[in-house]
Amino acid sequence: MTLFLEQIVNGLVLGGIYALIAVGYTMVYGVIQLINFAHGEIFMFGAYFTFLCLAVLKFPLWLAVLASILLCALMGVVIDLIAYRPLRNAPRLSALITAIGISLILQNLARMIWGAEPRRDLANAKSAFLSQTVIIPGGAQLSYLDLSIIILAILLMVGLNRLISLTRIGKAMRACAQDKMAASLMGIDTNRVIGATFAIGSALGAVAGIMVGMRETIEPTMGYYKGVAAFAAAVLGGIGNITGAMLGGVVLGIAEVLGAGYISSGYRVAISYILMILVIVFRPAGLLGRASAKRA
Amino acid sequence: MKEPVLVLDQVHASYGNIKAVKGISLTIKSDEMACLIGANGAGKSTTLMLISGILKPQQGTIWFQGQSLEGVTSEKRVQMGISQVPEGRHIFPEMTVLENLELGAYRRRDKIEIKQDLEQTFTLFPQLKERGQQRGGTLSGGEQQMLAIGRAMMSRPKLLLLDEPSLGLAPLIVEQIFEIIQQINQVGTTVLLVEQNAHLALMVTDHGYVMETGKITIEGESKELIADQRIREAYLGE
Repeated sequence: MTLFLEQIVNGLVLGGIYALIAVGYTMVYGVIQLINFAHGEIFMFGAYFTFLCLAVLKFPLWLAVLASILLCALMGVVIDLIAYRPLRNAPRLSALITAIGISLILQNLARMIWGAEPRRDLANAKSAFLSQTVIIPGGAQLSYLDLSIIILAILLMVGLNRLISLTRIGKAMRACAQDKMAASLMGIDTNRVIGATFAIGSALGAVAGIMVGMRETIEPTMGYYKGVAAFAAAVLGGIGNITGAMLGGVVLGIAEVLGAGYISSGYRVAISYILMILVIVFRPAGLLGRASAKRA
Repeated sequence: MKEPVLVLDQVHASYGNIKAVKGISLTIKSDEMACLIGANGAGKSTTLMLISGILKPQQGTIWFQGQSLEGVTSEKRVQMGISQVPEGRHIFPEMTVLENLELGAYRRRDKIEIKQDLEQTFTLFPQLKERGQQRGGTLSGGEQQMLAIGRAMMSRPKLLLLDEPSLGLAPLIVEQIFEIIQQINQVGTTVLLVEQNAHLALMVTDHGYVMETGKITIEGESKELIADQRIREAYLGE
């Protein structure tokens, strides 16, 4: 029982991380119908930027984290500006291939600068406070870091939901996702809204990257592996649907941990693909997606 | 003589190699209600998109209240007072009626007056008030058209562009909507109406332009055009 509970908690932690990355995929898809394959690399840079700020610039941890989040937001906006905006009216395949190209460039850039070997710098740099553990009812052990990840993920998801549903920029985002031409006729600067979408998605991805960096190791391929799983989570929830991406992330996180624990740890990565394939076969619009998700 | 609100001077536009608008010129005077009629594909909607700044002209100039619109973004044009109700209504289907209307006022910051205008919109379209929290996509065609007009009015336009507001609606609803359009015009909004229903358009407007394959071929007072033999034959089915 304790083991099961521990698995569930681990699944929630992983799920929270997937959810944070998945909303970035789904938000961008929602406004410009592009699978931004470079999103996983932004997540990876979130970890590396923090490492850079800590090791080279000697920032305190909180400042390094903040700087990294801002840098990643900026990075998302710049990628959109130079790589995707010129292709806004081009066939969708062109933008998709460009996204894959950007992903490869960024991944190899990280390898060039920081080397391919996994680093534990972030895991070592986390404060003693985060390394403490707490016993939760049921007997499972939970580190403060994992607890913080779960809480922070929930807070950010609630915050994002409120931003999307209540604020001016959130309404503009939804308007752009539903009908870009009508949004322009309302006086909405669609390019700015798309930029804001990239910034917010990238910032959340950076948060996830920093969390993973503290929990595991940082390496240039981390964005690829976690990115694919998070993309599967976005598809699972219904691509373009933000609540769906959150749900998909949590479902996938728990499924992956339970699968690894009770079937075989070798199947860990396969589980996200299997789940994605099952959803595509049996519920193509995703858990929360509408069948009529495609809008003109 | 009233001053012109909108002037198009030898405007050309095309989609790729296809020339959609071939040097049109027109003048819309302040407070008047004008119409642009013609067959499908004549370039009427393209003309409205040029005025709204969604499309850019290749040649020629558009003037709004004496100011050239060259290089002015579509967002800025909304702020200057140009608002469009696009063909097919294009309401936001997943947003509530209220949110749709609020987005019409996206460029405005005067919260109190936005509230007042919202109330005014509901007086104009009482059906919309009942459906305030309903998603736009669940409304009937007529209600969606009303929502699209109400939404466009929320930006407090000086010039309202209407693209085929009668399209796909029952005659009774069309009558209701055209009465409201006339009301909007009477309280001081200049209106440019694009319609395939030439008879209806000429009945309610002061001035008319006839467009054929990207050019304006006939123009004049609407009541004169309605009697014009060429128009009677080509557009009124006589």
